[in-house]
Amino acid sequence: MRPYGYVRANDVQGAVATLAEAPNAAYLAGGTNLVDLMKLGVVQPDLLVDVRRLTLERVEDLDDGGLRIGAAVPNSDLAADRKIRTRYPALSEALLAGASGQLRNLATTGGNLLQRTRCVYWQDTTTPCNKREPGSGCSAIEGHNKHHAILGASAQCVATHPSDMAVALVALDAFVNVQGPDGGRRIPIEELHRLPGDEPQRDTTLEHGELVTSVDLPPLGFLSNSRYRKVRERASYAFALVSVAAALDVEDGVVRDVRIALGGVAHKPWRATKAEEALRGEPIGEANFRVAAEIELEDAEPLRDNAFKVPLARNVITRTLLDLSEER
Amino acid sequence: MSTTAPGRAVGAPLDRIEGPQKVTGEAPYAYEHDVENPLYLYPLQSDIALGRVARIDASAAEGLPGVIAVISHQNAPQLADTRDKELAILQSDEVAFRGQYIGAVVAETFEIARHAADLVEVSYDEEQHDAAFGPDRDDLYTPDQLNAGFPTDTEEGDVEGALSSAAVTLDETYTTPLEHNNPMEPHTSIAFWEAGDLTLYESTQGAHAVRRTVARMFGLDRDRLRVVALHVGGGFGSKGLPHANTILAVMAAQVVEGSPIKFALTRQQMFSCVGYRTPTVQRIRLGADAEGHLTATSHDVVEQTARIKEFAEQTAYATRSMYATENRSTTHRLAALDVSVPSWMRAPGEAPGMYALEAAMDEMATKCGLDPIEFRVRNEPELDAETGLPYSSRNLVACLREGAERFGWEGRDPTPRTRREGRWLVGTGVASGTYPVFRLPGSRARIRSEGDGRYAVEIGAVDIGTGAWTALTQISADALDVGVEDIDLRIGDTELPSASVAGGSSGITVWGSAILEAARVFRERHGDDPSEGDTAEAGTPDNPETENYSMHAFGAYFVEARVDEDTGEVRVPRMTGVFAVGRVINAKTARSQFIGGMTMGLSMALHEESLLDPRFGHVLNHDFAEYHIPTNADVGEMDVTWIDEDDPYVNPMGSKGIGEIGIVGSPAAVANAVYHATGIRVRDLPITPDKLLR
Repeated sequence: MRPYGYVRANDVQGAVATLAEAPNAAYLAGGTNLVDLMKLGVVQPDLLVDVRRLTLERVEDLDDGGLRIGAAVPNSDLAADRKIRTRYPALSEALLAGASGQLRNLATTGGNLLQRTRCVYWQDTTTPCNKREPGSGCSAIEGHNKHHAILGASAQCVATHPSDMAVALVALDAFVNVQGPDGGRRIPIEELHRLPGDEPQRDTTLEHGELVTSVDLPPLGFLSNSRYRKVRERASYAFALVSVAAALDVEDGVVRDVRIALGGVAHKPWRATKAEEALRGEPIGEANFRVAAEIELEDAEPLRDNAFKVPLARNVITRTLLDLSEER
Repeated sequence: MSTTAPGRAVGAPLDRIEGPQKVTGEAPYAYEHDVENPLYLYPLQSDIALGRVARIDASAAEGLPGVIAVISHQNAPQLADTRDKELAILQSDEVAFRGQYIGAVVAETFEIARHAADLVEVSYDEEQHDAAFGPDRDDLYTPDQLNAGFPTDTEEGDVEGALSSAAVTLDETYTTPLEHNNPMEPHTSIAFWEAGDLTLYESTQGAHAVRRTVARMFGLDRDRLRVVALHVGGGFGSKGLPHANTILAVMAAQVVEGSPIKFALTRQQMFSCVGYRTPTVQRIRLGADAEGHLTATSHDVVEQTARIKEFAEQTAYATRSMYATENRSTTHRLAALDVSVPSWMRAPGEAPGMYALEAAMDEMATKCGLDPIEFRVRNEPELDAETGLPYSSRNLVACLREGAERFGWEGRDPTPRTRREGRWLVGTGVASGTYPVFRLPGSRARIRSEGDGRYAVEIGAVDIGTGAWTALTQISADALDVGVEDIDLRIGDTELPSASVAGGSSGITVWGSAILEAARVFRERHGDDPSEGDTAEAGTPDNPETENYSMHAFGAYFVEARVDEDTGEVRVPRMTGVFAVGRVINAKTARSQFIGGMTMGLSMALHEESLLDPRFGHVLNHDFAEYHIPTNADVGEMDVTWIDEDDPYVNPMGSKGIGEIGIVGSPAAVANAVYHATGIRVRDLPITPDKLLR
């Protein structure tokens, strides 16, 4: 672990300005992922700019009827928020399905979005990894890849995004507000994370220095009929093999609208747009849900150890939509 | 030989006497001993699995303020004994496995040492390594003997003939993965050389064993070396034998003589150099007659060892005498690889071996159309088939019956995949377990009167978190016929009389026997009203009954498993364990031991698997986020009890060891319950959701 500098910025502008001038600096919020990676030597920033107290630390109503979540809101607070639990239950469930109680107390909304993959090769500095060291090769493609991607991977990288919260936010059509050296912008969350392509070292579309300040949830009524279902190898404190966040709007037994996002299957939270399209206007029911899931998974390209994710994702999508149909 | 008359202390559910110290942080673990101006060690580990260190450039590290020394094979102290290639580190440029220690940085703080280690540049002459374990290798070999001295292969009767004429046969292969012991407290040392004397605060299962090994390797007179291990946060076998981390700490202390060296392994480093459970491939063949009496039992094991040092786990040992079968054979073959050295992990041999046997017995019961309990009862032996001796006590059937009653086994529909609750498929399973009564040599106890009816009881044994502090106090109190409050127990120090390692579930039985003998001698010499300073010392007496009886503990394990039909997720809401272990010394700490063992068995069944990538040669999932053990949410109701077992032969206390029996049968019971729930027989541990998806 390399020695590093530490500064606490006075405000968002100051933090952004500091990072803009320091190409190897990083923001520090909860530190639950970054500090571990620094200890392992996986990331080696020269300078940490503490932003823990700079951004909003509560959930606020928006004029359009939606909610704004401050980037500094701890995962545990967000999971417990009454408005979140009643209007966007998938988000609360996703948060509670992630990490452990101790970690959720420290981890922030912004940090959770930007956490790094848990690919074992990426986390081990003695093995080749294109994400850690571009051009060195991907050890996972022909190695242990049970936890790796089945959708949207590249010949460069098959890592998955580990966040539960981000999967729910993608299903809920959230927007991410960021502040950068050249001003602010509002990013549809689906466009925040990226597929690996030829630049697996880039997890997101953020430019260096851009700071997540808040996340907005839209005022869609049917998002209160949403859930998050995570399948993992033990009952607590494990990353998803596959997870599903879904929201369902049904009228007279027909799908009026639907949102589906998958975790554990790709380099980013995977919005299942094909399945959604296949379902809109169709009657609810196990057969239709299953067919829609299969349509989404047609493009899956499993690796040596993770073919099970295809039937698993199919089953979990189907079951989650059935549960949402019954709960209405 | 008779058992000791029931006293007031033995058997009571006494709270741990060191409990308040532990929960207030005052009980010093090895790393926490107060030493002046310590230096910190961070190891350098090989990034290749085979070859030589071509060059080490430590200039940048040495130039870092706070760095005291960079040690490598170029400047390391020469060891007096280099026969043990696991321990004889830094004696040459050779690298024998990935992660092997090739040096160390010593610095004023842990952080500086770790940073400096990053700055040491190492280049290698790499050779093609071989770290790919598998049963089809053409270089499998037959070891001379197995761990604990057991014979490698056994054969009795005509197995092939019996199999070919059997009414019912089974031929299946079961595999268990590489697993790593991970006590909560990692391996830690403080080593301090001063004026030719070495003090070593060590997280170990055996202070005297560490002293013997370190003294031999460094050519030291044992009297110049003191090892202290007052409290240890778990070992599970990984601290049973000294590993290279201890040698590295002592070497560094020699280099910077006069300053204490502190060395604590990180969790990641626990996966490279302190032993592990070998992966196993086990072929089991069973034959039975039409009534379900076993006529043939065959158990063939392939497992792994390190090329630099052999460890041959006794995986099929328990199969040799578990059930009544005239025709029996067992074999063990090893693949010697360029990997770190496997070693003891809780119930080496029995845990993986009885998983395979007891899963096979469950399958065989189905084939014979018998209830799995009835099938086992039907094959209960009169004598230990391997030795021909009667058992000092064998109450497996009583455990099975008692467990069936407690668990609610009666009326179970054996048809798999018939019970469901919502999306959960529900099943139940049972298995048997056994563990031998080991009698490790070399324990002595000393008793001294401290006046006012108080006694010091001294033995250099180590409490690895099991409750030995308390149990030995109870044994001492009854042996001297005083209250536990009148005993000052002193353990965990080589200044005290020699004691065997806390391993093989043998600690309390052999240490306790030594204390009983010392108390007998004390009273004989000094009577009931001794003067202050009166002393007596004695060793564990020989037990001639070991020639006449076969001595084993037994257990029965019952599990309810629920499997989500859509996802293959397994939950175990309840387990029942019933044990026959002779007399229980402390009802409270014993219960904890059984729960811990059963939980570790649950963990073996559902979670644990070290992922070694043969291209690199090391384990990749080297932390608790990736190497799964159960969380609280994974452990349901644990129903634990033991039967009254009066064993007059096993030792004067009538007690068998309890440290390992809890893990032995529980993995098979889980696997059998998962089969009953789903109809899917997973013969490849751990049973993870991917293996249950259809």
